[in-house]
Amino acid sequence: MKAWLITLALLAALVVASLLIGVASMGDDPVWLMVVSRIPRTAAALLAGAGLALAGVVVQQVVQNRMVEPSFTGAPEASMLGLLAVMLLVPGMAVAGKMLVAAAAAMVGMLGYLALAARLPREDPMLLPIVGIVYGGVLGAVGVYIAWSADLMQSLGAWRLGEFSGVMIGRYEWLWAIAALAGLLYVIADRITILGLGETQARSLGLDYAQTRMLGLVVVSVITALVLVTVGAFPFVGLVAPNIVARWRGDNLRANLPLIAVGGGALLLAADVIGRIVRFPFEIPAATVIAVFGAAVFLWLLHAAPGRRHG
Amino acid sequence: MAERRVLFLGLGLLMICAGFLAWQIRAPYGFILELRAAKLGALVCVGAATGAATVLFQTVAGNRLLTPGLVGFDALFVLLQTLLVVALGGVGAAQIPGGLRFLMELVALAVCSAALFGLLLRRDARDITKMILTGVILGVLLRGLAEMVQRMMDPSEFAVVQQAIFASFGNVDNGQLAVSAMVLLASLAAALRMAPALDVAGLGRETARGLGLNHDRVVMMALLLMAAMVSVSTALVGPITFLGLLTASLARRLTNTHRHAVLLPAAALIGALILVAGQFVFERLMGAQSALAVIVEFFGGLLFLALVLQKKARR
Amino acid sequence: MIEVSNLSYAAGDTRILHDVSTRIEKGGITALIGPNGAGKSTLLHCLSGLETPSAGSVRIDGIDPLAVRPEERARVVALLQQSPVLVSRLSVRDLVSFGRWPHHQGRPKAEDRDMVERALTAFSLTDLAERTIATLSGGQRQRAFIAMTWAQDTPWMLLDEPLNALDPRHARDLMARLHGLSRDGARSIVIVLHDINAAAGWADHIVAMKDGRIVAQDTSHELLTEPTLREVFDTPFELLEHRGRKVVVAR
Repeated sequence: MKAWLITLALLAALVVASLLIGVASMGDDPVWLMVVSRIPRTAAALLAGAGLALAGVVVQQVVQNRMVEPSFTGAPEASMLGLLAVMLLVPGMAVAGKMLVAAAAAMVGMLGYLALAARLPREDPMLLPIVGIVYGGVLGAVGVYIAWSADLMQSLGAWRLGEFSGVMIGRYEWLWAIAALAGLLYVIADRITILGLGETQARSLGLDYAQTRMLGLVVVSVITALVLVTVGAFPFVGLVAPNIVARWRGDNLRANLPLIAVGGGALLLAADVIGRIVRFPFEIPAATVIAVFGAAVFLWLLHAAPGRRHG
Repeated sequence: MAERRVLFLGLGLLMICAGFLAWQIRAPYGFILELRAAKLGALVCVGAATGAATVLFQTVAGNRLLTPGLVGFDALFVLLQTLLVVALGGVGAAQIPGGLRFLMELVALAVCSAALFGLLLRRDARDITKMILTGVILGVLLRGLAEMVQRMMDPSEFAVVQQAIFASFGNVDNGQLAVSAMVLLASLAAALRMAPALDVAGLGRETARGLGLNHDRVVMMALLLMAAMVSVSTALVGPITFLGLLTASLARRLTNTHRHAVLLPAAALIGALILVAGQFVFERLMGAQSALAVIVEFFGGLLFLALVLQKKARR
Repeated sequence: MIEVSNLSYAAGDTRILHDVSTRIEKGGITALIGPNGAGKSTLLHCLSGLETPSAGSVRIDGIDPLAVRPEERARVVALLQQSPVLVSRLSVRDLVSFGRWPHHQGRPKAEDRDMVERALTAFSLTDLAERTIATLSGGQRQRAFIAMTWAQDTPWMLLDEPLNALDPRHARDLMARLHGLSRDGARSIVIVLHDINAAAGWADHIVAMKDGRIVAQDTSHELLTEPTLREVFDTPFELLEHRGRKVVVAR
């Protein structure tokens, strides 16, 4: 209960701040400004953050490693490759088609990562994030090369560095799909927790492991694509929010998924608000803010985490 | 045997350099030669510095997967540069002569990196993977911080300063190149002088201390030299994360020795060779300007993954 | 009763089980022993229906574990893998509760909660119920996982080297517990053991394996003879009697 009160109070404060802070003046037509820009921007940050946090927790259960998150699995980079392919081959494709391609590409990227991960020694859990980061870097290099040859660096830059300054009504509504995916995840929360017990144990409990894992990965891919296409990539959200909640409240997802989602949303909204404040009237992309904060938290988790080598 | 291979590497580099300078040259000869020579100088310096720095770092860390770039050395350098500009003000920094500013940055980097990475190496020495992960994330943190600070500077001022700070192979300041070359030669010479001590240090802290080596001092010295070399490459072109990994792995494979007296020059030569040959192929033969760094990242990353997986297979 | 007919298992080109046929009677503890690489663990996984053999079949109480739906299988046979890898902040009670998952699929009833409490009590975990797995010692953690498998409430319980990483006191404690819990005849436990004396002390039946084949199978008392052990482990043994139990020493 206490965790919820604190989180919700924090969230409320952030939402108010986000609605009030911005370059445009409230004086002329505050309602119009709210409806067209501030509310969409706030909602976008909350939805994207929640989605990334949920995607993070699913990936962590799938690979049984809490130091991994979607952006350490090559998913965003693979997604960008898919989007680049769309821009080059089918430039006029509708947004829905782009989302689909981006999600499919993210899925392929993640399956590649899982194939790599399966070949790594289990006794060295730190290798998983390292390999994921480098794997993402390799895919990213391919993306840069293609984008650079095809003069698409600007698009690539926008995907790679997520931010919310361009969000307004009519431009972010795809993110609401994340709410539906969150509902789906809540329904299968127990199954996702059981995934984290490992394949043998999960199957011994009668879970269809392969199917559940696939479902989880599809959810992660779709979330990655939705966020990437709408507002760009954000590192660490999927790592920081689930880890903090787990430290605080344990690993039972049935109980914690809502808190993880709200925490992720609050985290990304906080990054966006900070990005708007520190250099007012200029903006720092939320992705930059979250990279600094997230990396710092990651280092703390890495060195404070007890018992990471047991088992 | 190994020495002979180093000699061949040197000859190969000389030939490629000559080709780089003379390929389809047209009048005005003097002007074009000067342009090409500056670029060639930068390529050689960066490649050699990265290669030698990586060998040093891998010895000190006792791990052949690590590179200074991977653990954010170059990010630290960029952050320090930016902080220096913030401290002096954009105009102030731009007024300091290039060579002097470079020296200031170099000293700052040497001190900071020795402190930061000395701590890292000491604390996590027992758990290599944890150390690599810490380094990688530290790199992300430092890069993010540098970007934050840059974005917090006045945008117009930053634009002016950016020109002065960040160069590329196509745009090398001759003064800076001269300083870089001197720093590089000095640190290479110093590293070669301590090669026997490095050989012993490569056996690991406990063993090395058992053999009577002042291990901590050697590590500190190596870190300082490496910091100098990384400054050289980062100041000239900016980060190329995996060039060092490619270079050091090739050098070890080619010379098949643990002796730093051979390894260091071999890595320096191979680094220069990769960059010059790569740039030659891309720029002269394929007409593509700045794709080299991306290609190096791509193959370096693949090599890293291959090495990690191969390590498992050998167990 | 578990019936195994002509079971073979191959991983790539390596054949791990060669045409194994046997019957394991209901009740008590049956131990699988044998040298490293004998195929004990693989046989156990095939019995549980988690590995698909390359030939042959398994019937558990007449059911083919590969043919039925996973949750149905999980109500007949439970497997605890060797040293389960989990660094988790799940509480012990949450972990044990997952043993009930095949029965309720996410909607626990009163009887499920009741079974969880009984499993916690049976393995003396009541005081640790709210602690997280990550904070437990090796012995406590192993107990928590076995309690989860126990809560699954299956007629057959398969344990893959549960004594791994346990010190003698905890190993003895665990075997005594399993022995006590299996006396009522409702549960049959098949357990892979490395320590012959653990098998000698606590198992009712022993299956001895070597090179992917079953070499001998009998009650513990009958099976533990010098010639059999020498054949299985390729080394001479000495057998002593202590309080009516056989004690085995490799010479």
